[in-house]
Amino acid sequence: MANVAKVRPWRSLILLLVITAGLCAWAFWPGQSHTPRLGLDLQGGTQVTLVPKSANGGGDVTPEQLEQSVEIIRQRVNGLGVSEAEVTTQGSGGSSAIIVSVPGENRQGLEQQLSQTALLDFRPVVLEESSAPTPAPEPSVVPTPSPTTTKKAKKGSSARTATTPTPTPSPSAAAPDPTKMRPPIQAPTNSEFLQRAYAALDCSKPENYQGGTPDKPEEWLVTCSKDGSAKYLLEPAFIRGTQVSDAQAQLPQNGAGGWQVNLTFDTDGAKALADVSTRLVPLQPPKNQFGIILDGLVVSSPYFQEPILGGTASINGNFTNQQAKDLANVLKYGALPVNLQIAEITSVSPTLGADQLKAGLIAGALGLLLVVIYLLLYYRALGIVAVVSLMEAALLTYTVFVILGRTVGLALTLAGVAGAIVSIGITADSFVVYFERIRDDVRERKSLRVACETGWSKARNTLLAADFVSFLAAAILYFISVGNVRGFAFTLGLTTVIDVVVAFLFTRPIVALLARSKWFTRGGPLTGVSPERLGVEPSRELKEARAERARRKHKEEPVTAGVGSGTSSEGESE
Amino acid sequence: MSKPTSLASRLYRGDVSYDIVGSRKRWYTVSGIILLLALVGLFGRGLNFGIEFQGGAEFQVPSANCSVESVRTAAQNAGASAPIVTSLGDSRIRVQTEELTPEQSKAVVDSLATTCQTTAGEIKIQLVGSTWGAEITKKALTGLAVFLLAVTLFLTIYFEWRMAVAAIIALIHDVVITIGIYALVGFEVTPATVIGILTILGFSLYDTVVVFDKVKENTRGILGQSRMTYSDAANLAVNQTIVRSLNTSIVALLPVAAILFVGAGLLGAGTLKDLALALFIGTAAGTYSSIFVATPFLCQMKEREPAMKALAARVAARKAGQERKASEKAAKVVSGGPSGSISDDVASDDGSDEAAAAGVAGAAAVATETRKERPHRQGPRNQPKKQSRSKRGKS
Repeated sequence: MANVAKVRPWRSLILLLVITAGLCAWAFWPGQSHTPRLGLDLQGGTQVTLVPKSANGGGDVTPEQLEQSVEIIRQRVNGLGVSEAEVTTQGSGGSSAIIVSVPGENRQGLEQQLSQTALLDFRPVVLEESSAPTPAPEPSVVPTPSPTTTKKAKKGSSARTATTPTPTPSPSAAAPDPTKMRPPIQAPTNSEFLQRAYAALDCSKPENYQGGTPDKPEEWLVTCSKDGSAKYLLEPAFIRGTQVSDAQAQLPQNGAGGWQVNLTFDTDGAKALADVSTRLVPLQPPKNQFGIILDGLVVSSPYFQEPILGGTASINGNFTNQQAKDLANVLKYGALPVNLQIAEITSVSPTLGADQLKAGLIAGALGLLLVVIYLLLYYRALGIVAVVSLMEAALLTYTVFVILGRTVGLALTLAGVAGAIVSIGITADSFVVYFERIRDDVRERKSLRVACETGWSKARNTLLAADFVSFLAAAILYFISVGNVRGFAFTLGLTTVIDVVVAFLFTRPIVALLARSKWFTRGGPLTGVSPERLGVEPSRELKEARAERARRKHKEEPVTAGVGSGTSSEGESE
Repeated sequence: MSKPTSLASRLYRGDVSYDIVGSRKRWYTVSGIILLLALVGLFGRGLNFGIEFQGGAEFQVPSANCSVESVRTAAQNAGASAPIVTSLGDSRIRVQTEELTPEQSKAVVDSLATTCQTTAGEIKIQLVGSTWGAEITKKALTGLAVFLLAVTLFLTIYFEWRMAVAAIIALIHDVVITIGIYALVGFEVTPATVIGILTILGFSLYDTVVVFDKVKENTRGILGQSRMTYSDAANLAVNQTIVRSLNTSIVALLPVAAILFVGAGLLGAGTLKDLALALFIGTAAGTYSSIFVATPFLCQMKEREPAMKALAARVAARKAGQERKASEKAAKVVSGGPSGSISDDVASDDGSDEAAAAGVAGAAAVATETRKERPHRQGPRNQPKKQSRSKRGKS
């Protein structure tokens, strides 16, 4: 009795029940999706894999560059007006990839928009109008080093429209209605067309500041700021992003005025900057400002405090550390120092996706059915335990997928489905290992009760070792690979963990409970562990128990007696 | 009492024993021939890499309103040179071409849509740059290397380094055979195939770990007796786990077979089929190798240890002693009365190690004819019993 009492099967079962109930409640709480998120190959959609390559030849892509690229691409994807589009990165260093997933119909041309180089340029401001009630002060630009300069943030006015915009009348071509266009709106000259577009533009509408479309540097531009707080009319670009040779976030030497961004330009850039700053400094706001435009939106529009002749400048604006770093990143990487190569484009129609999902589900059901039949035929009562364990494992896997799909956006791909199906067999293998151990011990003339205990203590280590190897394989696959392989590895790793949980908290306690039942310990043919079926003589004890049962049945007495003694009986019957 | 079950029991108790470790040369030859064929296939024919590895374009179009021939013509007209056109199942046609630019791809898609009277949105498109495949391959190989290292380390800690080496050799055996069969038959290698092969790694080791765990159990304290050599104990372990290995393999293969059946039957090709095919071959090879390659190889390495050599010598001496006695007794039987038959059971079941060792010196006067004919019977009957008893004593 003692060795059975130690097991406490109910405790494990209650723990598992709590875990299962918790996961189910989380996964199936009303009002949310109760199915796993499907990958593009199952729901249809287009997936573009972009591989960043360092533009200046050598060296790996830095995490900063990657982050900046993702930011730009995200902006572009959002600019397409696609809902649920997703931009993620996989891998790191020299083998990183950016993956853009757009669900729904095939989208041709998506890849072109994604892979084109982001454009950064500097343009003199002609008109600026803030749509925010209390606009933030504009940053200023001074040459560096300039010890005398203090931060002179300009006070914003809610309407800083220059009084005399110099419209160059031009024959407006048969263009679309400028008042209905979305930024960036461009024209070769500062035409009436642009004026009307500027007047009509409402930058507080989110669709107007999504950006994502690079502007043409040689044309005039009407556009919004990145956060939609202001609209601008800008001259053609005087500096391209490629002419910025460096940008650093720094604290000024005297420490006053928060963070600033120091800029260094190449020779051409320095010359252009000198010319333009000399021209703009004496002008009235906002004409003494220039816009920094990334992918068609104004990131910042500082004003010139004095001409910048040395090719280096700093932008002061009482920035926080983060703001300064972000701006420096835009300036440094805005022109994408990485070339985005299209590595792969896959486009699956929703019909084909549904077909594949159906095939996966059928394969899963068929595989499960075959395994269930085999387990039941071979292990009888233990087979039922195994089947219920499999169901429990399947339920846990499903709920985890639903929850992860909702919380971290894990998508179930076809490879993941395949991994789940394969794991049916691997999970069932754990039960086979355990059950065969029990049968081995029965063959050694142990009583069933004892065999269930000793069998477990031997199977446990085998299970842990074997599952550890499987998990190791899955984990390494997950961290090293990209794309489909990842989905598969994740599923495999997850199901391996669930396999261990179910074996320890479910299969094992259930078998322990079975071992307490008299029906099971009598070892009838349906238990799957009858000594006769395993080719050994039943122990004397077992024979006695059976005889007792027969006697009682004969007398038709109700079964009331307690559990028989659980001592070992091996070796005595020979 | 069905036939297979009783065979399982007899295997377990050693009544029936296949001398797998002893006849290792035969299994090595079998594996050697398969491996040779695999290598010939690998280096002779080479692998048939899918477009994911070579770069290229693939289109799948619903084939309700068009034939393979019309699709081929349509693809060629749209500028794809030498497209490979095959039908997938009975509802889709697949077109594979060389690498296309997005513009060229659009032309092909439009042409296919017109020919098959469908919309562009219904066509599956896959364009792969040629460098991407190299990258995937590199990552798979890196993963393989890291995995092998980690597993060797783990197995060395959990078992011992010889078992780790044997397990890794069995693993390489399985992977080479799987890849070789791919090369020989000319199946297309896609990323799904790679996934399948990587999964074999896990499964092949799972199987080997199960067998080795039993070997470890059977050989615990083996140096303290002289009835069986390491190889004998390992062979018993293999025989005892044969049924389990078969069961785990069958159970693992059933879902894989289901994927293969559905993948090939319903979809014609694709992720499911490629994955299941690799898994099917690899799992079968994995079961074979954990029994017929890993364990014999392990025994070969173990038998080289001085302690194991000494043990083998003791066992041989004991056997020789028994045989001598048996022949002496046979001579007695010929000459006179059947003296030794009564104490048969005493000698066989309570024959402790000391008694056995003394047997060499001639102290145990009785040994029976049956023992010498089936030497395995002795060990199996007693060995597991002893193990479990000592184990229970500890816990």
